[in-house]
Amino acid sequence: MGNEKIDSGRRGLLVATGAAGGVVGLATAGALVSTFQPSERAKAAGAPVEVDIAALNPGEMITVEWRGKPVWVLKRTPEMVASLKKTDGKVADAESKRNPDEFTPEYARNEWRSRKPDILVAVGICTHLGCSPSSKFQPGPQPSLPDDWEGGFLCPCHGSTFDMAGRVFKNKPAPDNLQVPRYMFLTDTKLVIGKDEKGEA
Amino acid sequence: MAAFKETKLPADAPAAQKALGWVDDRFPLTKLWNDQWGKYYAPKNFNFWYIFGSLAMLVLVLQIVTGIFLTMHYKPDATLAFASVEYIMREVPSGWLVRYMHSTGASAFFIIIYLHMTRALLYGSYRKPRELIWLFGFAIFLCLMAEAFFGYLLPWGQMSYWGAQVIVNLFGAIPLIGPDLSLWIRGDYVVSDATLNRFFAFHVIAIPLVLLGLVAAHLIALHEIGSSNPDGIEVKENLGPDGHPLDSIPSHPYYTVHDLFGVSVFLLIFSCVVFFAPEMGGYFLEYNNFLPGDSLKTPLHIAPTWYFTPFYSVLRATTADFMWVLMCFVAAYTVFIWLKSRLARITKIIIAVVALLAIVGMLPQVLDAKFWGVVFFGGSVVILAFMPWLDHSPVKSIRYRPNWHKYVYAVFFISFLVLGVLGTLPPTEGRTIISQVCTLLYFSFFLFMPWWSTMGTFKKVPDRVVFHPH
Repeated sequence: MGNEKIDSGRRGLLVATGAAGGVVGLATAGALVSTFQPSERAKAAGAPVEVDIAALNPGEMITVEWRGKPVWVLKRTPEMVASLKKTDGKVADAESKRNPDEFTPEYARNEWRSRKPDILVAVGICTHLGCSPSSKFQPGPQPSLPDDWEGGFLCPCHGSTFDMAGRVFKNKPAPDNLQVPRYMFLTDTKLVIGKDEKGEA
Repeated sequence: MAAFKETKLPADAPAAQKALGWVDDRFPLTKLWNDQWGKYYAPKNFNFWYIFGSLAMLVLVLQIVTGIFLTMHYKPDATLAFASVEYIMREVPSGWLVRYMHSTGASAFFIIIYLHMTRALLYGSYRKPRELIWLFGFAIFLCLMAEAFFGYLLPWGQMSYWGAQVIVNLFGAIPLIGPDLSLWIRGDYVVSDATLNRFFAFHVIAIPLVLLGLVAAHLIALHEIGSSNPDGIEVKENLGPDGHPLDSIPSHPYYTVHDLFGVSVFLLIFSCVVFFAPEMGGYFLEYNNFLPGDSLKTPLHIAPTWYFTPFYSVLRATTADFMWVLMCFVAAYTVFIWLKSRLARITKIIIAVVALLAIVGMLPQVLDAKFWGVVFFGGSVVILAFMPWLDHSPVKSIRYRPNWHKYVYAVFFISFLVLGVLGTLPPTEGRTIISQVCTLLYFSFFLFMPWWSTMGTFKKVPDRVVFHPH
């Protein structure tokens, strides 16, 4: 080898064959990789859900499933709504200006992050690593929470805290406020999650 | 290649000898046995630290065998998985035993591997010419972590479900491609049946195949170079008249017996755990995992299984405030490299540019603390791979290092353990600060190793191994 004369015709064929083989290999790998994407069935399962909140009393919260995720519907008491004024200065993004397209529809870009000040609709999944925060509506000092707690949510995984509008407190692992899904009221006591005037989310 | 030559044995030779001769002519069976174990000469001064390689092999076999039998009863389906594990526990004859052997085996595997790695750190087993042995070992460690993570989803309990949710979402922190990447890994918008099925495939076939290949590579590389020893001396530099190192003995029968004794002690402890404490107080099997996975409710306290907690603590330690400390650390380290290292100017410039980019990236307006948490989480594992190139000490073994090096190792091991313990506990402000201090100590151990490992007065390394026959 080495000193032998290279047959450039055969070398060309060798390179072409190698390239063709490589393309086939890559295409096969591409097909295998694409099987990892959500299937058509998984995509179709994301239909909007209707919720009846007629039986919901102030201070009560129900959890409904939408696209496999927990969505909270909370009827806030006037005290809860008032607490949002006090937490304005302590939350990282009081006016939901960060990534609004992803986390906050236009009609929720306000202090209470909802269409009606008393009804909060939010995806109960922490924006840090996807755990579901637990409700800590009772104000006052308690374990894992600051002493000036006004009521809100605590994520058990990495300790992120959110106020009664799902706004994340400053210097917590979660970067964003809780996601408010697209939703609209069909009647005063009936709402649909995953759909609004602009169409499905 | 020589022409085929039949081994000629006397007509009255035993049938077994004839059969072996027939095979050896066609497949190097005797040669393989002798190269890999029978006539593999290993240093005679091995102490108990050298038992963990064999034990890891034993546990690997145990995991594969028990795993095969579990697969025969398990159903990888989100609606059936939890019940099928309970079926194994309650109705399959001895199913509980096989499952507890498998779950205890997972934790035992990590205990053994961590001790095996500690041995390598203490005696410099990763030093030249054993860098590839270390790298293969590191890849095995990564595979084991993947294997444990994928396997943990299969029982489909609350911790399975939410643990997988958190870890898959780690990938979501990567800028631009993150959210799509975690969607691609899950195959659905949340952890679901699709996720369970693919994790099952990885756990039972893909990773084990890779793992076996890596174990073979690890052993072939080891048996090519030869084992190190507690004195960190190259025994091959002192050959006897028979061509074998004077300070070595053949593995068979000497280390066969030595290892069998170790195996007996290990199995005694292992059986005690399997029979009397298979959950190990919630550390080997977490209590919340005896509840079926519920996609709407996260358990109040989530912690990974104990073997991941040191790295998990690094993730949790990376808060927005801590980023400022890390930025100062990166800046200080870069200045240190410029002043102290003998690297080429171009390398130093590259390091400075990378450091500057990292510092800019650490600004809260640029990349989230969440992303950096994932980076340091990964970095805390990957940095182990660089050990052979970070350690510049003139001696391999800790026996001949300056005494104060032992304190450096002690601080490192303590920070690792503290991180591990904190990772199992819910976060509080005080604990977060402790984990941040330990994170800095953990990384400093590696990043400053090229300097501290050369400092101090080293002891004279003997020419022959220190060995006291008993």
